Amino acid sequence: MRGGRRLPLAAAGGLLLLALGAPLARGTEPPRGIPLSELRSGREFVSPETRDQQDDLAVNPGMLWVAQGEKLWHEPAGAGGRACASCHGEPGSLAGVAARYPRYDAALGRVLNLEARIRHCRSERQGADPLAYESQPLLALTALVAYQSRGAPLAVSIDGPARPAFEAGRSLYHERQGQLDLACADCHERFWGRRLRAERISQGHPNGFPAYRLEWQTLGSLHRRLRACFQGVRAEPFAAGSPELVSLELYLAWRAQGLPVETPAVRR
Amino acid sequence: MAATRIVVPPRARKGQVVEIKTIINHPMETGFRHDNVGRPIPRNIITRFTCTYAGEQVFAMDLFTGVAANPFVAFTTVATETGDLVFEWTDQHGAVTREVVRLTVT
Amino acid sequence: MHQGSSQPSRRAVIAGAGAVLLVPLAPGAARATPESMAAAMDEALGRDAPLRPGRVRIELPELAENGNAVPLKITVESPMTQSDHVASIYVFSELNPVSNVVRFHLGPRSGVARVQTSIRLAGTQRITAVARMSDGSLWSAAASVVVTQAACLDDT
Repeated sequence: MRGGRRLPLAAAGGLLLLALGAPLARGTEPPRGIPLSELRSGREFVSPETRDQQDDLAVNPGMLWVAQGEKLWHEPAGAGGRACASCHGEPGSLAGVAARYPRYDAALGRVLNLEARIRHCRSERQGADPLAYESQPLLALTALVAYQSRGAPLAVSIDGPARPAFEAGRSLYHERQGQLDLACADCHERFWGRRLRAERISQGHPNGFPAYRLEWQTLGSLHRRLRACFQGVRAEPFAAGSPELVSLELYLAWRAQGLPVETPAVRR
Repeated sequence: MAATRIVVPPRARKGQVVEIKTIINHPMETGFRHDNVGRPIPRNIITRFTCTYAGEQVFAMDLFTGVAANPFVAFTTVATETGDLVFEWTDQHGAVTREVVRLTVT
Repeated sequence: MHQGSSQPSRRAVIAGAGAVLLVPLAPGAARATPESMAAAMDEALGRDAPLRPGRVRIELPELAENGNAVPLKITVESPMTQSDHVASIYVFSELNPVSNVVRFHLGPRSGVARVQTSIRLAGTQRITAVARMSDGSLWSAAASVVVTQAACLDDT
């Protein structure tokens, strides 16, 4: 938790944030606002009851979507009547995959997050409806695939062709937004652990998503959560699946390197 | 039929008190919310949940709007004989979701 | 978690709380009052049926993570035999728009009287649980929960 006198800390914090957001020389290892040893998953900022709900898979509401995803996984879809299972076998064959997402796809020439990868498979490999962002079937399939990596440490690559997206995400993270004129870093890097009304601010990591959020009373994607953050500072949110949010997601995954995937997490 | 998850121990000794956990995917729409143009969203809730064990009701629950979405309930029953546990969720329109799980009693 | 205190007679509850609640409500506000909770209890339990404090244990967090889903566990002391068991457990809210929250129906085949679920709480309030025994007697307990609004607006 942060302590210390306000004014010098605020000034130092501001300078540090400027430095963290500044463009880097090519090939340098980006500085970390929160050292890897101090990373704390969002599960540490919720009540013990909520943590118990996440850990007990029997009562974790997110598992309803994982179960639904398992049904969809085996359902033939599209022109060729192929199911996910036709190419991938059982969902377990994708163990560890979600921990490396978002990732750069050479054939497509851009970074894809898990939702985009699934949608691409649906339309290009199955000839099926790619499924809209935040639709129940896409949430279910994303939750199923991410669940196969539950416990695996986040380990995304920001090398080579992924670097520009990473830089764009890092830049967006440090940019002041909206009527409240706050950057992500202001709350989640400078003031994590402090109280915002009755809640403790988390470090803002993506490792639990798609997550069952009590506020939503349903499972939702990371991009929905990010859009809610933009609304929180009264900024115009980017669209789900947009390059801006995918770049931000890549940055967030790098920032959370080593944290275990907790999908489906339960968050407030 | 809505998605459900039911956890029953794989087997139990005769006379043992077993805990059963269930959760069903349902919005439990209260009827007090409004959409983004101010129109009320109609009430849509599950109103009753029952469990029968080898044909006899061993647990029932009346749900009102104050039950959280994706209703979860944990309850207990005494393992008496190997038999089917039949779970039924009924909503306000009378639609029923039904699941059957076998409890093996040794 | 904390254990609920026992509840005095319903008349005392209404008399005590009624003095506080004579404030005009905002138009469209959906709120219960102690009177509507008393009416719900009358309807469920019988008009002015006496409630005895004890035997019922409510487990609710002191501070709710989020009012949309608050974990609730109720245990009732009872041998759960054919001749002496909990028949039903009623849960009432003094603040939610609907005073009845949930009812559980048990019996001697339950083994123990222990139920868990998640409830919605429309704000900081006291929740009352009443157990109806097989001999018709009513036992009750109450527990208070602080419920706050989310820190950030979320309109997604």
